[in-house]
Amino acid sequence: MAFKDARRTINYGFQNESFKFKVSELSGEDINLCFQCGGCSSGCPLAEEMDFLPSKIVRMIQLGREEALDSETIWVCSTCFNCEVRCPRGIDVANIMEALRQLKLRKKYSHVSLDSLEKSKIRTLPQIAIISNQRKLSA
Amino acid sequence: MNGKDEKFITIYIMGKKHMVPANLTIMKAMEYAGHQFRRGAGCRGGFCGACSTIYRTKGSYKLQVALACQKIVEDGMIVTQIPFSPADKKRYDIDRLKPEANTFLEYYPEISRCLACNTCTKACPQDIMVMDYVQAALRGDVKEAARLSFDCIGCGLCAVRCPAEIVPYNIGQLARRLYSKHVVGPASHVLNRVKEVNEGKFDEEINKLKNMPKEELQNLYNSRDIKV
Amino acid sequence: MRLAYYPGCTLKTNAKSFEISAIASAKVLGVELVELTRWNCCGTVHALAKDDVMHYIAPIRNLIRVEEMRDEGIVDENILVTLCEMCFNTLKRANTEVLKDGEKMRKVRENMEERDPAYRGEVEIKHFLEVVKDIGWNNISNLVIKKLKGLRIIPYYGCLLLRPRGLGIDDPDNPTILESLIKSLGGESVEIPFKSKCCGSYHTVHMEQVASELSHRILSQAAEAEADLIMLTCPLCSYNLGDRQEEIKKSFKGLRTIPVVYFTQLMALAFNLPAESTGFSENKPDPTVILKNKDLL
Repeated sequence: MAFKDARRTINYGFQNESFKFKVSELSGEDINLCFQCGGCSSGCPLAEEMDFLPSKIVRMIQLGREEALDSETIWVCSTCFNCEVRCPRGIDVANIMEALRQLKLRKKYSHVSLDSLEKSKIRTLPQIAIISNQRKLSA
Repeated sequence: MNGKDEKFITIYIMGKKHMVPANLTIMKAMEYAGHQFRRGAGCRGGFCGACSTIYRTKGSYKLQVALACQKIVEDGMIVTQIPFSPADKKRYDIDRLKPEANTFLEYYPEISRCLACNTCTKACPQDIMVMDYVQAALRGDVKEAARLSFDCIGCGLCAVRCPAEIVPYNIGQLARRLYSKHVVGPASHVLNRVKEVNEGKFDEEINKLKNMPKEELQNLYNSRDIKV
Repeated sequence: MRLAYYPGCTLKTNAKSFEISAIASAKVLGVELVELTRWNCCGTVHALAKDDVMHYIAPIRNLIRVEEMRDEGIVDENILVTLCEMCFNTLKRANTEVLKDGEKMRKVRENMEERDPAYRGEVEIKHFLEVVKDIGWNNISNLVIKKLKGLRIIPYYGCLLLRPRGLGIDDPDNPTILESLIKSLGGESVEIPFKSKCCGSYHTVHMEQVASELSHRILSQAAEAEADLIMLTCPLCSYNLGDRQEEIKKSFKGLRTIPVVYFTQLMALAFNLPAESTGFSENKPDPTVILKNKDLL
């Protein structure tokens, strides 16, 4: 696996308090607790597929930067909770990813549409795969 | 109807207030109020599912459902019809399909989005356990899905209420087709009878009926033995 | 002891061998797994957003059925046993959340069919592995007729059996429950670093290549460790690591075939149950060759 643009830098400068508040509220996590140790990113099995590492996403939210919503990372996360068990500050980063996905999905966005899946593919998949995929990635 | 004893009540048809006789069905009340049905009425006997109606009553939050030809109006009822629900009915060759979960998923993958919220069951005027049959289909239990959906008349109310955008009655129909085609198979007594018909076993009787004068035929019909 | 059992959708299709072998093995342990009289899909993944109560309805509906069965005397405890680790996690999470938060419980209640009785909150969700553990590893050992001698087995945990903290059934950093089971069945537990890393999960639907790469890491570590089998607890892991293994091998030339089995199948084998109870004919890749080589079949 090649690192995508995981070294992408984020824009600093505080932007949007209400975005930060919304993510906190939806995820139930105190975003301010993060001190950017990067533990979540080092333990993430999907980090190599992400454009921003999980810890960077958290930093973006701290700064109220809504670009976090446009990141590939939130759709690449598979909610495996490796980040959750590693965080020394007790933040469940998977919850934060879910909050970001929900903010997109609740505005009539579907990341994976069932209409786009090939029938031959569906025929071979177990229900558990399709159901979980749709739960996480479609509105 | 006896005009003197007739009791009138107030109903709201698509927001407009009407006084109608209290003993009418929603359908007759709407006609009484001057509505002409071009869609949304069929058999008038509760079988065809064309007259799906939703309503609320004054003082209640509950959204209720009915077939307009069956439900008697109530005072304060606020009604509208939903005579059609847009649904993409898939084309398939039933002979080639297998009675299993992935067949449902292949044609109607949206069943994977079922939340089991049971809104469909609440929306069914036939009191069918709609959610349970969608769930049965999802786990490949074709027999159960066919059994539970048997009384479906395809009125479409479940489909307009489903938050997962599923069209449950299409699932039930596919389940019943799969079940009858691949699980039950053709009934031997029907096959035998068809064979007997083709062999001419009943030709004589049929011809006798065909050649009978109309009056005699009527008498025969009226004096028939009815087995209940 | 009769315990309520929640299968989940995939146990009735792709993972039939999981169900069959679990019910048969449970019987040997003196546990009768009684399938819920009525059940619906749990949702497979739990709702994480704090305001997402709608997704709790499905799991809680199943828990009401357990209380009903207990009341009717069909089962002996207010316990719900699951096999699929995704179902386990989803049901347990929903249960934990509504018990913690009365407001969520109220909303779930009000959005259910009036005919349903209210959920009293008495049900405990247990993964079947916990039931096995409660019986005691020594007792399990004593029930073994055919020791899995010389069988090198990878205990693969996947994600949701261990995480998140508080819901998992073992220490997420240093789990031992599968290792203990392998040991008590007489097999040899083989360690790999990725024993609790993601297999690719539901990305297998729309990002096959990413799923293949994640599964390949696990499979190649298993091959390197000279394991005979991977043992797991999740039908989705089984699909990604097992059913898709031929496909993965096309992208990663030279990868050795490694059969993937459910832990209950190895229990059934060790308890010397007949072929219809082990269900090995359903597994992909075929595990029977290696099992025959080890004189276990």
